Amino acid sequence: MRLLVATVVCGASLALAADRPAPLRSGVEFTGSDARALQADDVANPGMLWVSRGEKLWSEPAGTSGKSCADCHGDAAKSMKGVAARTVHLEERINDCHAGRQDARAFEPESQPLLSLAAYVAYQSRGMPMAIEDTPQNHASLERGRALYHRRSGQLNLACSQCHDDNWGKKLAAETLSQGHPNAFPEYRLSWESVGSLARRIRACYSGIRAEMPEYGSPDLADLETYLGWRSSGLPIESPGVRR
Amino acid sequence: MPGRELTVAARLSVPATAKKGEPVEIRIAIQHPMETGFRFGIDGRAIPKNVINRFSCRFEGAEVFSAEMGSGISANPFLDFYATAEKSGTFEFEWIDDAGVRGRESAKIEVA
Amino acid sequence: MLGASLAAGFGRAAFAQVPIENGMNAIVRDLTGGAAMREGRVRLQLPRLADNGTSVPLKVTVQSPMTAADRVRSISILSPRNPRPLMATFRFGEESPRAEVMTRVRLNGTQRVLAIAQMSDGSFWSATSEVEVTESACLDAS
Repeated sequence: MRLLVATVVCGASLALAADRPAPLRSGVEFTGSDARALQADDVANPGMLWVSRGEKLWSEPAGTSGKSCADCHGDAAKSMKGVAARTVHLEERINDCHAGRQDARAFEPESQPLLSLAAYVAYQSRGMPMAIEDTPQNHASLERGRALYHRRSGQLNLACSQCHDDNWGKKLAAETLSQGHPNAFPEYRLSWESVGSLARRIRACYSGIRAEMPEYGSPDLADLETYLGWRSSGLPIESPGVRR
Repeated sequence: MPGRELTVAARLSVPATAKKGEPVEIRIAIQHPMETGFRFGIDGRAIPKNVINRFSCRFEGAEVFSAEMGSGISANPFLDFYATAEKSGTFEFEWIDDAGVRGRESAKIEVA
Repeated sequence: MLGASLAAGFGRAAFAQVPIENGMNAIVRDLTGGAAMREGRVRLQLPRLADNGTSVPLKVTVQSPMTAADRVRSISILSPRNPRPLMATFRFGEESPRAEVMTRVRLNGTQRVLAIAQMSDGSFWSATSEVEVTESACLDAS
């Protein structure tokens, strides 16, 4: 199976692909039909359980501040609308508030409360187009992310671009390669049996090409998230997505 | 935040109204890892089995539907089943896992 | 059945068709008391190809008037390849209007899932559904 992958993509053109795939397509179009149906069902979508829990946490006081998210941000449906569309590193931003402003112990990466809050916040932007722009603040990160995206690594010696720019839509075993967009995160993956973050998904891809996974919070992950966010501009947010 | 203190999340769909005696479709998803007991932690020890082993739906005290479940039911168990209501009343849902942790939900229905 | 699987030919992983000895047959005997299971009345639906083996949608329906005299008491779902063969038993109360349940199951590889319904007259009816479960395309160590 993996030998087949190497044969297919080594033969692919090394010419610089256009920066964004055309047409831009969400991963929902490439995932299994059952996952797609689950995502559209607000009761059966397991990711919505994290949204529900996040809704509860939003109103709970935390840390020595004694304040809840709601105390500063009010109704999330209003204050958080659009945030996921224009913010990269959502989980870090939430943790900054939790540790910095609520004066609480920082959440562990991929911990249930952090994922629940991220799912709830991202859900408020459902349907809105991704809008990460190339700004003076994030330009350096974006360019580093772009370089990482196009760099071969791992025992399989693959760059992200070789699957997700050059070969999206083609089969990899029983699955179809997506364009690798972040518009459905945090997402429920059936294989994880849990909601997980974009950072986790990128780490999973690193292990897929048999490369060492970057640590949570590492600059490489952050830079890739910036680039992927920019690259997906225009795609509607689907959080919480459902994938295999 | 210790996991036990977070209240169990569940999402429930019960029609608000129904005709007397007509079947109503009830759908429920409960957040639970349905730990199989076959996984190993980072310390090399098996993570103990813990699944929701019993679920029941009662209408005005009478059990309409129940499920005995094992580790073969997916994480975050989902159930879709039918009940009837002869009069307006309340559906009560209860479940318990291997560790003895209980959960409950309820929903009212108006019968024409 | 094994011979037929091996002969099924090019592209089929014949080894995947061999049920493991997980004790399902013993559980079936316990459930039915050795009584014969009739085919019909039970419809078991799962996808032909699962998106992922951790969560496969399942729908089981049993034709029955669901009257006091003629109703479904329970439906059991069994697996020939999972480590625990009895996956679930659904029981229907006196007021239950329909013996139909949807849920999501874990399937430990390609297999033929079995549903057994017990009727109020003591009879047993069964149906099966074959599901292909493949491995993920890429290793995920996250």
